[in-house]
Amino acid sequence: MKVCLVVDDSRVIRKVARRILEDLGFEVAEAADGAEALGWCRTVTPHVILLDWLMPEMDGMAFLRELRASPGGDQPRVIFCSGETDLDRIREALAAGADEFIIKPFDGDIVASKLAMAGAL
Amino acid sequence: MNARDLELVARLCEQRTGLMVDPEKGYLAENRLAPVARREGFSSIEELIAAVRYRDEDRLVWAVAEAMWPAENSFFRDPEVFELLAEKVLPGLAGAGRPLRLWAAACGGGQEVYSLAMLLAEQPPQGPFELFGSDLCDRRLEKAQSGLYSQFEVQRGLSAHRLVRHFEAAEGGFALSPRLRQTVRWRRANLTEDLGRLGQLDLVLCRNLLSALTPEARGRATANLAGAVAPGGYLVLGRDEGAEGLSPVAGAPGFYAHPAAHRAAA
Repeated sequence: MKVCLVVDDSRVIRKVARRILEDLGFEVAEAADGAEALGWCRTVTPHVILLDWLMPEMDGMAFLRELRASPGGDQPRVIFCSGETDLDRIREALAAGADEFIIKPFDGDIVASKLAMAGAL
Repeated sequence: MNARDLELVARLCEQRTGLMVDPEKGYLAENRLAPVARREGFSSIEELIAAVRYRDEDRLVWAVAEAMWPAENSFFRDPEVFELLAEKVLPGLAGAGRPLRLWAAACGGGQEVYSLAMLLAEQPPQGPFELFGSDLCDRRLEKAQSGLYSQFEVQRGLSAHRLVRHFEAAEGGFALSPRLRQTVRWRRANLTEDLGRLGQLDLVLCRNLLSALTPEARGRATANLAGAVAPGGYLVLGRDEGAEGLSPVAGAPGFYAHPAAHRAAA
């Protein structure tokens, strides 16, 4: 079963994402910020990471840069998932190695479509 | 919505646009007609239908028929079709001494024709091209021409890479770049009527529409679409649709072309 790591400081968002991803056949793991997510990735490499941008401790962008610079860190598909709508910021995320970008709020259709576009379904 | 009102709506749709309205799907009609009732100043759908029934006002009848007309609202729907277009079909369609002519029929909110426009911008054909978008619904054509989409609309089928490449920020959402918007020419076209003005085209996209029409309207629309395909050109239909008079193209589901003999003779 494919593993998806959901990284978001909001428990509500994690719960919503978990339900959608489980319906799509993923095994779901959760982390509340980038530091926790990095720790998680050191033990198991997830297939996909759904990544919030603004979080305490380590934000999504810092996590993504560390992940992509680490051994095997190019493996997971990373989908940013943020309320950010500024195209320059979205460009920045893609340039840093994100495969896709979801603008919050999202629903099951958007998540499924973005996972497919990221080649993660 | 009661059966009698739905029956009237179904009859009007059949007469005006050839659309087949499923009498089991009253809720669909309600979804489509509620905004029309509001816009036209009626307090309910029932009031709107009563006015249609007794006033026999052409404008109002069209407002109902247009609202019921199906609209494609996803970019790059069925991505494999666009992959085929990009990798196999478009490169082989070099216009023979004239501009390549492409047409998205029934383009709804513009997503289908703009998907084609993006593809052509990413992989420019060798020569000049003419790209047409048409629909029979004026309101949808207006929306399509504006190129404005909400943040929800741009996440249906459109990758983030394409979003940042082809769109710019706009109030309430995103706007397709003016450069791309200007590559599309717009027409109001009813596919069941004479399409003579459009001439012959190398590529015609009309997906998931024929199956929504009455058999009679479908026959006329199919004949018109087939007649608009230039020798050597293609008609692209939805997954479960077919085109009488054209042959399916091997290895390209949904693609139809004139039979080889016809092509050779042309």
